[in-house]
Amino acid sequence: MTTSKRFYSIPYVLWLGLFVIAPVLLIIYQSFKGIDGQFTLENYRIYFSSSTYLRMTLNSVFYAFVITVIVLLISYPAAYILNQLKHKQLWLMLIILPTWVNLLLKAYAFIGLFSAHGSLNQFLSFIGIGSQQILFTDFSFIFVAAYIEIPFMIMPIFNALEELNPSLISASRDLGANNWETFRRVILPLSMNGVKSGVQAVFIPSLSLFMLTRLIGGNRVITLGTAIEEHFMVTQNWGMGSTIGVILIIAMIAIMLLTGEKRKKGGRRH
Amino acid sequence: MKKVKINWSRFYLIAVFILLYLPIFYLIFYSFNAGGTMTRFTGITLEHYQAVFSDKRLIGIVLNTFMLAFLSALIATVIGTFGAMMIYYTRKRNYRNALLSLNNILMVSPDVIIGASFLIFFTFLGLSLGFSSVLLSHVAFSIPIVVLMVLPKLKEMNDSMLDAAHDLGANNWTVIRKVILPSITPGIIAGYFMAFTYSLDDFAVTFFVTGNGFTTLSVEIYSRARQGVSLEINALSALLFLFSMLLVAGYYMISQGNLTKSQKKRRKEHREAVDSL
Repeated sequence: MTTSKRFYSIPYVLWLGLFVIAPVLLIIYQSFKGIDGQFTLENYRIYFSSSTYLRMTLNSVFYAFVITVIVLLISYPAAYILNQLKHKQLWLMLIILPTWVNLLLKAYAFIGLFSAHGSLNQFLSFIGIGSQQILFTDFSFIFVAAYIEIPFMIMPIFNALEELNPSLISASRDLGANNWETFRRVILPLSMNGVKSGVQAVFIPSLSLFMLTRLIGGNRVITLGTAIEEHFMVTQNWGMGSTIGVILIIAMIAIMLLTGEKRKKGGRRH
Repeated sequence: MKKVKINWSRFYLIAVFILLYLPIFYLIFYSFNAGGTMTRFTGITLEHYQAVFSDKRLIGIVLNTFMLAFLSALIATVIGTFGAMMIYYTRKRNYRNALLSLNNILMVSPDVIIGASFLIFFTFLGLSLGFSSVLLSHVAFSIPIVVLMVLPKLKEMNDSMLDAAHDLGANNWTVIRKVILPSITPGIIAGYFMAFTYSLDDFAVTFFVTGNGFTTLSVEIYSRARQGVSLEINALSALLFLFSMLLVAGYYMISQGNLTKSQKKRRKEHREAVDSL
């Protein structure tokens, strides 16, 4: 088995080397190169001494945090209710279905909904509030980003709730716990894994949604993703772009460790 | 009391569904608008659909996008399936976990990082940007999802069947073809589906690694959306939505046939428990 197995896995091993390991090393390597192609620490020095870059990073993390909290608040009850329905797999598919519609098309729909003469503004004028600037604001960016991420939070929470052994709920009730106590002491802790994978699935993309900042945020919101895209595609300063990329990778690893570590502790405690 | 609670939860769920579907139906609704904007509905027309079908360039891009998805998913499925087998048959636990972590890197990396690093990679190799670089990238980010779809099927497989096949004199290739592949086929099909849709949907990675000559639907919509509203895109999105519905229906049927026995049992128990409340 071993020799033929090795033969068949050559493309996969090649893929691991060329498209997983090499790109990460290259982006780190590139981050140490200045505009003139010289090896330098200049990019990191600029990044850490520039209040613009640091503020942009903080803002980006803050936006991602707000988006994640909003998505979680909307998704948990939805996943919980969904899990009690009769044809829940079918309903879950209907929740997932919008994710199969191209992201750009959904963003495009919001341009129509939120624009100066768009439907929302017509509605606001109709009820007497008057037309507002909605597109190209922080609000519109956060709203659309949250909209896009909702299914990615509902799915893992739904799965965690579904895995939950129903006899534990019965036991909790038999022991006299009311609905709220059962939820707080049994259901919520046992579904925390789903919440954590959901947070991972929402927070990291929220740091890097550059097309939304352009189309919906009107370049007012700059995330780490936008900055990277700007440096690679517009100003052609790949070194600085890679430096911000490395920062984004570090942010990603941090959030993974944060949500991963607690999982183990949580598992031990309960 | 109980009845009130149920009504509220239904109400909440309906609100979430409306939120999720409103923009999509909004797009589709205005695709029939005779007026040229997405804001004032003046009458029904099919002219935007005609515009889509007579736009040679757009049709070409749609065909490109589908061909790319078809090809990249096919290649990714082949490589990913053998990759999953390799991971599954790696005996050393540490080594296997390391392989799995490497496999998952591209699943969790932000699209921007994948796109930027692939751009550096292709430039480093001296590869010109275009169809080949986009295809390679799509294959690359589809492989891990195929692996993740196939691995559980391998775990469910009964290993004594392999031993039996070997004892009966089957060689390695026969074992793969007659025993392993049939039992993991549902996982392979699901993996192909997912890879296909990943490729169809991708914008950020493609945006980085596509040159001037080649473009996909997402990139095209992005550049058109930046220029302003055109109802042709609405008509196109309506057609794509229909297509997605068909894909999802197909995927739903596959995944229903795909449930393991323990999942089904757990599901049944759960349903009974919920009903008894």
